[in-house]
Amino acid sequence: MKLREIRDLLDAELITGDANLDKEIKYVNAADLISDVLAYSTGPGALLITGIIHPQVIYAANTMDLGAILFVRGKRPNEATLQLAIENQVPLLTTRYIMFETCGRLYQLGMRACIEKVKNVRG
Amino acid sequence: MSGAENNIHLHEMFHIAGGNFTNAGSISSQVKKILKEAGFSSRVIRRTSIATFEAEMNVICYASRGNLSLFITPDFLKIVVEDEGIGIPDVDLAMQEGYSTASERIHELGFGAGMGLSNIKNNTDGMILTSKFGQGTHLEFLISLEGEDKSVPLLNAGG
Ligand SMILES: Nc1ncnc2c1ncn2[C@@H]1O[C@H](COP(=O)(O)OP(=O)(O)OP(=O)(O)O)[C@@H](O)[C@H]1O
Ligand SMILES: [Mg+2]
Repeated sequence: MKLREIRDLLDAELITGDANLDKEIKYVNAADLISDVLAYSTGPGALLITGIIHPQVIYAANTMDLGAILFVRGKRPNEATLQLAIENQVPLLTTRYIMFETCGRLYQLGMRACIEKVKNVRG
Repeated sequence: MSGAENNIHLHEMFHIAGGNFTNAGSISSQVKKILKEAGFSSRVIRRTSIATFEAEMNVICYASRGNLSLFITPDFLKIVVEDEGIGIPDVDLAMQEGYSTASERIHELGFGAGMGLSNIKNNTDGMILTSKFGQGTHLEFLISLEGEDKSVPLLNAGG
């Protein structure tokens, strides 16, 4: 799915200037913990759906070569974080839909997770 | 033939200030940049960068101060992270997925899943973690360069 279609589907706003909206997104990870972002956003170019808006999510995105980040629940990072994203060429979008709705709507149109299931139960 | 230790083609050291979240993650970004410019494969870069990010975060979350060193040799990349701080009373327990002593504040920032050390283990080809409770922690890990393109300029620079 193209980033543009994701934006339109979720009534989202692109908040980092002039990103390439024709970018093709194949896989998605939704997480509100940075370690989960790092563990499960496998395969370069994935979309991260999250409510974390501090700069560490941009550094994590850079680490994982994420294709884009979509903030849910109307969240919007501060100016410094936006600048960091622009420097690192990570497109940022924000939607007012909650996490469940965001994931559900994308799933319905055929988007799939980077990883379906973890190997072990954890404490 | 010279030993790997005599064959270090790059050594960079970064200082990490415990408790300072403002630029947390920037050191792993710098490490990533160095590896990218050196021409390593995206797989090597990603694995190193994930492990470095988690190591950097642990010093910021739990220690007072630390240093992170990157060594590049023809056969492997090595990262050594030494910190001064509370240390880890039970290293085996800390290694377990899900175990975390993160404070409420750290949780609010999106950390404390208890996954960091196992993320490091899963992305590296060897990891050593030792700690003296009340003094500090020593972590090092290797990323093998087996199968990497040996024409990476940095690896030839030393001759
Ligand atoms: N450098 C360190 N100094 C002191 N304690 C540490 C250090 N690194 C890890 N620990 C201890 O080990 C625990 C597990 O670390 P780990 O990185 O696996 O998870 P976490 O940091 O709690 O959560 P996450 O990394 O998923 O955000 C920590 O909660 C902490 O108690
Ligand atoms: Mg950690």
